Amino acid sequence: MAKVEARPSRPLSPHLTIFRPYINMVMSILHRITGSINYFGSAILAGWLAAAASGPEALATANALLGSPIGLLALFGYSWSLIHHALGGVRHLIWDFGVGLTKPAFRFMSWATIVGSIVITALIWIVGLIKWGAL
Amino acid sequence: MASFRTPLARVRGLGSAKEGTGHFWHQRLTAVANLILLTFLIFSVIRLAGEPYEVARAYFASPFVLVPSMLLALSAAFHMRIGMQVIIEDYVHGEGRKVALIMFNLFFALVIALTSIVSLLKLSLGA
Repeated sequence: MAKVEARPSRPLSPHLTIFRPYINMVMSILHRITGSINYFGSAILAGWLAAAASGPEALATANALLGSPIGLLALFGYSWSLIHHALGGVRHLIWDFGVGLTKPAFRFMSWATIVGSIVITALIWIVGLIKWGAL
Repeated sequence: MASFRTPLARVRGLGSAKEGTGHFWHQRLTAVANLILLTFLIFSVIRLAGEPYEVARAYFASPFVLVPSMLLALSAAFHMRIGMQVIIEDYVHGEGRKVALIMFNLFFALVIALTSIVSLLKLSLGA
């Protein structure tokens, strides 16, 4: 007699590994990832404020840390993440009004989010680095 | 489709968790606030890039800087707490771990918000 399994293996619905990645899916995942980066990145801002409130020496140390190559890289990633999540959020707010719920609009807004986030972040850094005296 | 909910429950519209669309609405409310305040933050960071302590202190001394800064601390902390709670609820399945992480999530958001606000107040008003 055939052995009866207590938990027969049932077919599963297709998941992430089955579907070809498409732009809306990637932007949706990126929205969560950038949200998480912003979550932990907020510690940079709070830490900088705490250093500034602690006095000139602490602020100079914090500025030197953020001005180091690793600090700048972290700041750059954090700033892109903030901009990307903000633009992704605008997309969601537009959808909340029932607008842009068509496939071409989905695709356009997804591409606008990723391209826009890169362009805006680059512009901010160009202005910031000029102000900082590095450019 | 037939509904099992009574008309009264539907009028109250609060659902099974008795919170209704509270999280959804707060997420949107803080999202709009963050959008406005993020532009202020970017302006502030560029304004203070490479500046010494005295300039930073003088900058935050203005109420027109202090108030939006504090609003951002509150709004961002609120927004990120709700957002991270959704992520925890989606991906963490053990009940104990889930409750613990939701607790730490609130603690983290409170630490970020209070650190920012206390620092801002001291920087702006303190000796």
